[in-house]
Amino acid sequence: MKQLKVSVWRGEEAGCFARYDVPARDNQTVLDVVTHIQRELDPSLAYRFACRVGMCGSCAMTVNGRARWTCRTHVRKVAGADGALELRPLANLPVIRDLVADLAPFFDKWQRAQGFFKPKDAPNGAVPDEFAVVAPGSEARREADAGIECIGCAVCYASCDVVAWNQDYLGPAALNRAWTLVNDARDGARGERLDAVAGDAGCHSCHSTRSCTERCPKQIDPSGAIAGLKRTLFWDSLFGGKRHG
Amino acid sequence: MADRAARGQAHLWVVQRITAMILALAVLVHLATIITAVRGGLSAREILARTQGSEAWLGFYVVFALAAGLHGAIGLRNIAGETLGWRGRGLDFCWLGLGLLTAAFGIRAAFGLYA
Repeated sequence: MKQLKVSVWRGEEAGCFARYDVPARDNQTVLDVVTHIQRELDPSLAYRFACRVGMCGSCAMTVNGRARWTCRTHVRKVAGADGALELRPLANLPVIRDLVADLAPFFDKWQRAQGFFKPKDAPNGAVPDEFAVVAPGSEARREADAGIECIGCAVCYASCDVVAWNQDYLGPAALNRAWTLVNDARDGARGERLDAVAGDAGCHSCHSTRSCTERCPKQIDPSGAIAGLKRTLFWDSLFGGKRHG
Repeated sequence: MADRAARGQAHLWVVQRITAMILALAVLVHLATIITAVRGGLSAREILARTQGSEAWLGFYVVFALAAGLHGAIGLRNIAGETLGWRGRGLDFCWLGLGLLTAAFGIRAAFGLYA
């Protein structure tokens, strides 16, 4: 049977690759390969997964130099002709062990970007008397819908050069989430959120090289969302009026 | 405090974008002037004949020098932040000062041609 030659990162920040031979199959995801190694070859291998169907966003790793969701990545699409696979934890994040990256900085930045809904009508958490009427075809709602399906896999974050250059940079996912909320008519924290995503740690550092958009497994366009934030803040900085409106 | 710093950085970004728009036009005017002016040789008399006492040319070069100075300094600030890690409010004021100083040299030259 044909074998895949799999190099897997072992250890923490300082570590090295270990080589495993894994039987190649016709239908096989990268996550299947990792699971085979852990169940059949080396039970001490640490990695993370949950749903296996592209919903939970927990199995992302660096596969042959590119961040990918491993449960929906077929080996035949990424392995070389010689069956070589190189697996590392996600880039731009601390390594806990083996293929497990520490996602705490990634989710902390969602909080810093105010990436959570603050109801306008019920700031104390009460249920509003009336439903908000949101036209599905309105421009703002379409912008919000375009970015709302993020599963928080951090593939964009690991693929972003600006994150690598500037540790404070909020990153594509957090800014994309902020943009969905800026466009949510029911949200009451537009001004605070625009403040939180402005400046060098925010949208203004983005170089629009679009790696995030290119690599997002859900085909979301964080780069476009960041451009939207820049556009909004451009007019906001010039005229100021709508910031806290 | 963090918000104020972020807002300041956003303003620098806005200034860089606006100066880029100004420069796109100003550089075109500048190039067209050069190409027209060198026809039949370039002389100090010809340059002064165009610029001396002309508020329009003075205004153009003042705006041009300001845009170029600020745009360049803000760009250098961003490069220094990303590649050398030079960041901070104090440094921002230094870059702004450098941009205005560069602009002042250009404005002084433009005024010399006007007076």
